Amino acid sequence: MEIIKNKVNRELPKYIEGYGEVKPYKGPFSVQPQGKKYAVNKGFYKPGTQKLVNNLKEAIENCNLKDGMTISFHHHLRNGDYVLNMVLDEINKLGIKNINLVASSLTKAHEPIIKHIKSGVITGINTSGLRGTIAKEISKNNILGKPVIFRTHGGRARAIEAGEIKIDIAFVAAPTCDNLGNMNGYEGKSAFGSMGYPMVDVKFADKVVAITDNLVPFPLKNISISMTDIDYIVEVEEIGNPEQIATGATRITKNPQELLIAEKASEVLIASGVIKNGFSFQAGSGGSSLAVCRFLKEYMKKNEIKGSFASGGATGYLVEFLEEGYFEALFDTQSFDTSVIESLGKNSNHIEMSASMYANPHNKACIAHQLDIMILSATEIDIDFNINSLTGSTGMIMGAQGGAPDTAAGSKLTVVVAPSMRKRIPIVTDKVTTVVTPGETVDVLVTERGICVNPRRKDIQEILNSSGIKTKKIKELKEEIEQLTGKPESTQYLDEIVGIVEYRDGTVIDIIKQVKE
Amino acid sequence: MGKITKQPKRSRRTMLFSPANNPKMLTMAHLYGSDCVIFDLEDAIKYSEKDAARDLFAEALKTIDYGETEIFARINPLYTEFGEKDVRVLVPAGLRNMRLAMTDTPEQIKELDILLTEVEKEHGIKVGSCKIQASLETPTAIKNAYEIAKASDRVVTMSFGAEDFTRTLGAERTKEGKEIFVARSMVVMAAAMAGIDAIDTVWAHLADIEGFKEEVKSSINMGFSGKSCIHPSQIKIIHNIFTPTEEEIAKSLVIVKAAEEADIENGGVIQVNGKMIDIPVISKAQKVVRLAKASGVIK
Repeated sequence: MEIIKNKVNRELPKYIEGYGEVKPYKGPFSVQPQGKKYAVNKGFYKPGTQKLVNNLKEAIENCNLKDGMTISFHHHLRNGDYVLNMVLDEINKLGIKNINLVASSLTKAHEPIIKHIKSGVITGINTSGLRGTIAKEISKNNILGKPVIFRTHGGRARAIEAGEIKIDIAFVAAPTCDNLGNMNGYEGKSAFGSMGYPMVDVKFADKVVAITDNLVPFPLKNISISMTDIDYIVEVEEIGNPEQIATGATRITKNPQELLIAEKASEVLIASGVIKNGFSFQAGSGGSSLAVCRFLKEYMKKNEIKGSFASGGATGYLVEFLEEGYFEALFDTQSFDTSVIESLGKNSNHIEMSASMYANPHNKACIAHQLDIMILSATEIDIDFNINSLTGSTGMIMGAQGGAPDTAAGSKLTVVVAPSMRKRIPIVTDKVTTVVTPGETVDVLVTERGICVNPRRKDIQEILNSSGIKTKKIKELKEEIEQLTGKPESTQYLDEIVGIVEYRDGTVIDIIKQVKE
Repeated sequence: MGKITKQPKRSRRTMLFSPANNPKMLTMAHLYGSDCVIFDLEDAIKYSEKDAARDLFAEALKTIDYGETEIFARINPLYTEFGEKDVRVLVPAGLRNMRLAMTDTPEQIKELDILLTEVEKEHGIKVGSCKIQASLETPTAIKNAYEIAKASDRVVTMSFGAEDFTRTLGAERTKEGKEIFVARSMVVMAAAMAGIDAIDTVWAHLADIEGFKEEVKSSINMGFSGKSCIHPSQIKIIHNIFTPTEEEIAKSLVIVKAAEEADIENGGVIQVNGKMIDIPVISKAQKVVRLAKASGVIK
């Protein structure tokens, strides 16, 4: 087996069974896209055609689903999702096998797929993240028998548009849908907000099935995905459990450690001079990331600063920012909180965007590349500033790439906020278990024990020095943490590759091996 | 006179309480920026966990670099079975500041002083290195405040504990604090007479931030050097209120500089901007400069 090394020093086989030839990661903007985007077959609609079918079975049969085909889903219903499981149960009943599953992410709600993997209904998985029992079964027992392909949110959109993923049937959960297939995600009893992920799928899938629990007569007035891309509509009792779809009101953490980290991060941002009129900003939904918003707001209020836009993964706090006039616009690819869902339908400055508009690097522009500031969290960060957000230090898959590599590459200033240790496990390591976001796109690490600047960013280091903000070398911080935690033993792996981590441009940044018991 | 114009001592604006049996807090408490941390071996620790907490804290003292944060332990009273052991284990591990809970009489300080001297000698530690914070929490203690403060040179600060004080007085503790005003004043006065720091009681209503700010302002006005706190969120609020204004700092810097140049400690008299400046004014100016340095406004 021929081994190659990529730019983050990871050794990769040149060819991986079940994946194909490996293109090694060479840098954040090293791939120059060539050729045309993928195009789907033309559609045909004669006046009077009925798209509404009696049930899911009929829709699947009408789409002519066969063994070996690729089907796609989106995870906006999060832990409350009923759709993915109901479709796979139906496919199982139809005796169809060898399905390639392309999901924007997989959550705890999707654990029933384990039985479909074991029975051979599902033989391929593409996702941004895996958690819980599915992740454990893949990491420890390699139940899929071939690698899961992990892609970033932007990378997934890119791969679909490039034709690297050819979706035969896209299944779209529609909280509100009319009888021709116009739909939105923010009306109806199972509302989830932005339809950012299926917006891409429906444009590049050969067939599209909308599944709704709120069928309304044509014409729906607020349209996120249009009837021009929809083949069939299925009405069901419930597409999800509203209690598990979105959280209630966002509350800023009261955890003093998270607040301390957020306060330090805010000091870095303020000293860096990036918080000025017209700046743009994105923060994750984690405790410290979200708490940064609180400190920023105080500073913006005091200094009468108004930003250009915020984006995300939108949280209620970002909606408050928008409503109180701190930003001109909020771009939203997935809506985390109930207040975000409500805002999307009524505030014209709250803009629904596709995952492609958000972060596809092979577009003529994307929102991630317009960011001034990105606040990220991490499960590990190494002395080269590489970030892991996908696996734990035990080697187990337990997270997601999400949009981290996309926004880190695009943003002018990327700040990682993380505790220096979790339980007794140090977060700063010599080498992260899995490289998800390359260190060359990460600028500053903020922990409760100190701030470290990537040596690549001498400009930021100088600014922080002159502002009197103390920093440490990341190796010093690592040693300081290890004084308290000791150095953990390294995890033992088998040879089998259970995951391939694609960078957003389709190159491979790392692989995940099966954990040895 | 000399004592007033000595080099500025370290600032004790905030004393954060933290249980001594929580490994996370042992590694974290000093990171929140308080001037002092008090690891509690007394009320916060169950009887069954006293030994384990003491051992854990001793290991933390040997291992963790607490940087510039002044570390205290609230040790158990010496009349309990745990107090003496706290001293015998923690001083060799590196503890140099201990808060003696429920100090009612100067004899209790003297008893601790004798024990500390013995332990220091036993372990080759310079005699007098270990300092004491006397915690005054009863009417008897308040009555004896000055004698307690003067009972030993080791006493560097004196704190007031309102909860036990009101309990032993038979009063309800209110947010307004009329019932503790006299006691607080007596602690401040005794500390001032002895030339040591007075530290005010905790504010337990975490959600009432405005009430807390008012109490901190009253602490400063009364002459307290700092305030005990029970949550990291209180630290910055206290520090902000303790930070002098730019005008105060500028004025004080001129006075302190003039005093230094005039060698005031040896009896000089100075004039600043046409005004005669006396010792109390210099002392206040030194305090302002010390607080400004502690808050990072000046270096």
